[in-house]
Amino acid sequence: MRLHRLTFAAAVTATALTLAACSSSGGTGTAAAPVAAKPGEKVNLTFWTWAPGMDKIAAVWNAANPDIQVTVNKQDGGDPAVTKLLTAVKAGSGAPDLIQTEYQKIPTLVSADALADLAPVLPTDLQQHYSSGTWQAVTLGSKAVYGVPQDSGPMEMYYRKDVFDSLGLKAPTTWAEYAAAAEKVHAANPKNYLGTFSATDAGWFAGLTQQAGASWWAVDGQAWKVGIDAGPTQKVAQYWGDLVEKGTIDNKPMYTPAWNAALNNGTQVGWISAIWAPSVLDGNAASTAGKWAMAPLPQWNAGDQATGTWGGSATSATTQGKHLPEAAKFIAWMNSSQAGVSALVSDGSLYPADLPGQAALTTPPPFFATQKDFYTVAASVAKTVKPFTYGPNVNVAYSSYNDEFGKATQAKKASAFLAAVTAMQTTTLADLKKSGFSIAP
Amino acid sequence: MTQLASPPTTVAPRAAASRTGARRRRPLAPYVYLAPAMTLFVLFLALPIGYAVYLSLRAARVSGLGLGKNSRTEVWAGFDNYARALGDPDFLASVGRVALYGLLLVPTMLGLALVFALLLDSGKARGRGFARLSIFLPYAVPAVIASLLWGFLYLPGVSPVTFVADRIGVAVPDILSSGLVVFAIANIGLWGGVGFNMIVIYTALKAIPRELFEAARLDGCSEAGVAWRIKIPIVTPSLILTFLFSMIATLQVFAEPMTLRPLTNTIASTWSPLMKVYRDAFTRDDVYSAAATSVVIAVATFALSFGFLRLVSSRAFSQENS
Repeated sequence: MRLHRLTFAAAVTATALTLAACSSSGGTGTAAAPVAAKPGEKVNLTFWTWAPGMDKIAAVWNAANPDIQVTVNKQDGGDPAVTKLLTAVKAGSGAPDLIQTEYQKIPTLVSADALADLAPVLPTDLQQHYSSGTWQAVTLGSKAVYGVPQDSGPMEMYYRKDVFDSLGLKAPTTWAEYAAAAEKVHAANPKNYLGTFSATDAGWFAGLTQQAGASWWAVDGQAWKVGIDAGPTQKVAQYWGDLVEKGTIDNKPMYTPAWNAALNNGTQVGWISAIWAPSVLDGNAASTAGKWAMAPLPQWNAGDQATGTWGGSATSATTQGKHLPEAAKFIAWMNSSQAGVSALVSDGSLYPADLPGQAALTTPPPFFATQKDFYTVAASVAKTVKPFTYGPNVNVAYSSYNDEFGKATQAKKASAFLAAVTAMQTTTLADLKKSGFSIAP
Repeated sequence: MTQLASPPTTVAPRAAASRTGARRRRPLAPYVYLAPAMTLFVLFLALPIGYAVYLSLRAARVSGLGLGKNSRTEVWAGFDNYARALGDPDFLASVGRVALYGLLLVPTMLGLALVFALLLDSGKARGRGFARLSIFLPYAVPAVIASLLWGFLYLPGVSPVTFVADRIGVAVPDILSSGLVVFAIANIGLWGGVGFNMIVIYTALKAIPRELFEAARLDGCSEAGVAWRIKIPIVTPSLILTFLFSMIATLQVFAEPMTLRPLTNTIASTWSPLMKVYRDAFTRDDVYSAAATSVVIAVATFALSFGFLRLVSSRAFSQENS
């Protein structure tokens, strides 16, 4: 074990050094001017993505477009793909033509000059295919377009309908009702929880604050603003802190073997999640198929209609790609044409960002076969996503979330939750200042 | 670093030789033999280390919103990164945690390894081959896999230990809670490390001439006396070697806490110093701070290792020197 660790550490150091070594050589990217290929010339595009089934979607495209061949290069996930892309950009070579980019990573990548502006080569009417919130995430409020929305993750509430029925509960429509339901579920069986506050899922918490009206970053003229430690986020932190302090909500992280088991054996009676939840439940809690139902997120004020997002990504072209017009053709086809979007849905099991594609979904996912209106509810929820701006150091804020809320959930005090929000703000702001970003006073 | 491979080292002796008038040509062979090792050393150790030191003195500077082209430049930072690393409470806390981890792990691990080795060597143990293999086997399990296995045993929701304890009505503390998590991590290191250290000590024990034991027994020495008066003093160099390895590995603990981290709220992203390096380099995309912290860790490791060796060298290597 000792030597393993030495080797591992050496590997980490070596990787760090390799990464470091790359940063010196390519200060300026070698962006090729967008020149269309000559007729008859064959263009090969590589596509970094981690969504399952993307190779099948590329195969559909390749069969119809012999001159523009797309090769899928499977990635481990959003974070490793970003690390690899940043390394390639610093090195001056090695980046793919196309890459799947999570919305919250786009500002970081744009700041590193990794993503090409697609605006000159995309069809002009493309914007109509997406909700304004989603479109904002790929333009960052500028005239440039750094990617085309691929899938989106509007948040909903998932709950065990059978348990709710047996306790005489209805799906909560406000957060106050949710708190009451959580108390009842836990009182009926002390082992059961309606949900958990996960300190390992920053994107989940960000989505919840988005619903409450937060935007953790904002652009003020030529300067950044950080608004984490403000009213909406404090409200959400206080609310969950109270529930954890009372003990009616669990404080363990999501996506652990214990959490999977809790979903499967019914001790987790609900999950605040996003549209992609059915496939996770299908994988982790197969024995509970048909017992779940989906409803819009509880609201802060009765009658409101708002939600946040958790997950979702765009397809972008990198600054090292040499065939921007061809790349744009493929990106537009996959994310806005009927053939492309239906392939995304059937082969990629994704909830498309394309609005006509969302409307075309009718058959509920197999795990929710009993809820006939699943996609009708989903489509109406998707329209209520609140705007949210991601900043250039989302990574710093998210890792600070993990550390600070890790302590807070362990302390089980609402006051610690508020302190964690303040600490996130301090860390995020200090990082921006350290790097030299302009900060609005 | 480059002068190691460049001519001057070979020129100097030659010049000296010609000055004394002795025309004897220095043979080339030693340098040829040395070349592969030196080339590898320079390419894969000296240059990267030099580059890491260089990077640790640099920093990225962004202008404005940082979104346009060329809005990010690399600048000279002097010792800023070092000052920040050494003044960072997260870093100091990680050093404290690792010190506690080392205090828990190293004496326990080496103590157990020594006891197991002595028991196996005592001549009275049965099924020695099997025992040796089963103690050694965990060492062959990669740290990440070991951490995943133990992670399952630690998580109350899926742990068979909790399950059995529940059935018989015993309350077990949550070992992943903030006060106990260092034990959870040290335990994984212990499980994986005892076997390796035992083999090192056992091999040294095997090399001791058996006549010594016979003589001691004739003089009326008990088995425990043989172990205490003969075996342990003779294997002291091995103990020192294993201690040194364990100390270095402690400073570099990474895989276990990193793997356990998603399972619990109690392991921060800067739990150990190397985890902070990893976070800075890959989560925060700040290789400059990461390089500075790496250099600090490397210097501390060298200082501790050589300090320790100096302290014990007279004992440890007396056999070699005599």
